[in-house]
Amino acid sequence: MSGWSCRGVTFRYPESSRPALDGVSLEVPAGACTAVLGPNGSGKSTLLRLLLGTLRAEAGEARLDDRPVLEWTREAIARQVGVVPQGEEAAFPMTVRELVAMGRYPHLGPWRREGEADRHAVERAMRRCDVLAFAQRPIGTLSGGERQRARVARALAQEPAALALDEPTAALDVAHEMAIFELMRDLGRAGTTVLLVTHNLNLAARYADRLVLLDRGRVAAQGTPAQVLTRETVERVYGWPVRIGQHPGPGPDTGAPQVVPLSGEACARMAHAREAADA
Amino acid sequence: MKPAARLVLLLAILAVALLAAVRLGAVPLTLRQVVDAARGTGDATTIAIVRRLRLPRALLAAMVGGALAASGATFQALLRNPLAEPYVLGISGGAAVGAVFAIALLGAAASGGIVALCALAGAVLAIVLVFRIAAVAGRALDTRILLLAGVVVGAFFNACILLALTFADADAFRSAIFWMMGSFSGATWRSIGLLGAAMVPAFILLAALARPLNLLSVGEETAAYLGTRVERTKLLAYGTASLLTASAVAVSGVIGFVGLVIPHVVRMLWGADHRFLLPASILAGAAFVVLADTLARTAAAPTELPVGVVTAFVGVPFFIYLLRRRAA
Repeated sequence: MSGWSCRGVTFRYPESSRPALDGVSLEVPAGACTAVLGPNGSGKSTLLRLLLGTLRAEAGEARLDDRPVLEWTREAIARQVGVVPQGEEAAFPMTVRELVAMGRYPHLGPWRREGEADRHAVERAMRRCDVLAFAQRPIGTLSGGERQRARVARALAQEPAALALDEPTAALDVAHEMAIFELMRDLGRAGTTVLLVTHNLNLAARYADRLVLLDRGRVAAQGTPAQVLTRETVERVYGWPVRIGQHPGPGPDTGAPQVVPLSGEACARMAHAREAADA
Repeated sequence: MKPAARLVLLLAILAVALLAAVRLGAVPLTLRQVVDAARGTGDATTIAIVRRLRLPRALLAAMVGGALAASGATFQALLRNPLAEPYVLGISGGAAVGAVFAIALLGAAASGGIVALCALAGAVLAIVLVFRIAAVAGRALDTRILLLAGVVVGAFFNACILLALTFADADAFRSAIFWMMGSFSGATWRSIGLLGAAMVPAFILLAALARPLNLLSVGEETAAYLGTRVERTKLLAYGTASLLTASAVAVSGVIGFVGLVIPHVVRMLWGADHRFLLPASILAGAAFVVLADTLARTAAAPTELPVGVVTAFVGVPFFIYLLRRRAA
């Protein structure tokens, strides 16, 4: 069981005048799937780095398993939390198998060789992310989406109690994007804590138990999808007119809120109406 | 072929190279003569040739080759740059400044030991200077700034060398140039012992860093999330690879292309996992330099070619081939 919480976390990048995160308090409950949403530059990735201890908060505190995250060693966090960061590029060619096998490093330390259990974990992770077929191919020859799935497989190979993923489906086609979200839900149901940064509001609404919506470094809303994805909140945060529908089903997420962005003309009309009202 | 079998193969190649190095030369020796001389039987001249000249020279060449290849592989992963090599961070420049100043100021009084000591001091100065420049720029060590600092410091040291050479007399000028070309002709059992004392702990440390280096070559953030203390790892890798290079340069001068080319060859043949790449590079680099030095001694005998010429004549065409492959 691994959950996160943070209280009043503020962080400012050295070159920036505005804080990237400003007094953020939130809960990421253990054994559930939590999605972090928000416009570009709203602080999603910064929040992830603070929760993972690679950035140090200016004020406030992030806690993992009810212990300040900065008190954890990197080795201890890596045995507990699998992370898929946003972008990485290997400097030298390596195979998919080699990349995924790196997920076992936190358990092996510098000297121990891969054992039967490690090989099994690597293969299982590759199968779950549908990359087993090109295990021996160099990652440089894969498409962006295939590479992304290999990196998710690496996090799964860690067999972690919690997963943190920064836009894991950004380059994926619809089937593989769905597969990743279904996988996250399955893992959540099996007791893994999942923390997911995504731009896909509708899949987050269907697959996450909890949503956290960030807006310019502050929490605009958090709670169940129905509590967070209201028309007022989404329009205010994203600055675009939307309608909120319901997922038609069939399936377990029938009735989940679905955000339908309206066309730009409606946006202009809205602005016009507001001006008219003001006048 | 399993990784262990590949290492055994490389070890066999190194053994053959060492044997060839001891047998070939102005006085060719048979295997029987070599074995007898090594055991201390046979005629005194042969014993002297084997024990005092060829064997130390071949062993030093092997050790320098291994040290440079390991250092090059480490720098390539640390700087995430395939063009990195042991001398890219100004260490050879610092060593050369130390050696050239010793030769220019002391003239004929500069013994091999003193020149080596001054070269080592110059190299350590370069290592500290480059690190200080890169480390003050930000709290975390930015390897891109480390690379730039190394190149700039190296350029500055080259200017210092030119300055020293301008005022050196003809003899000092000649021996300074010969030092910079690199050679194993001054090999002694003492230099082998000193280099060995630096290499054993360095190789153990690098072996412990093999997995962190794999992670670093994927990316620093990823490495942190997979349990690496990134800053400590970068510091250890920089210090270890730098000191390896410094001790190799101090005993043999600057020998190019080994540290650049050997890790690339191993990677292209057998992949980039440092747990294999490092030992394989050490063995392949050792065999390569032993063969290059043997060729340098024998190809134009009695004139001895600079060993750097031989490594470059093999290394440069290969490097061009690599660049073209990369572009394709």
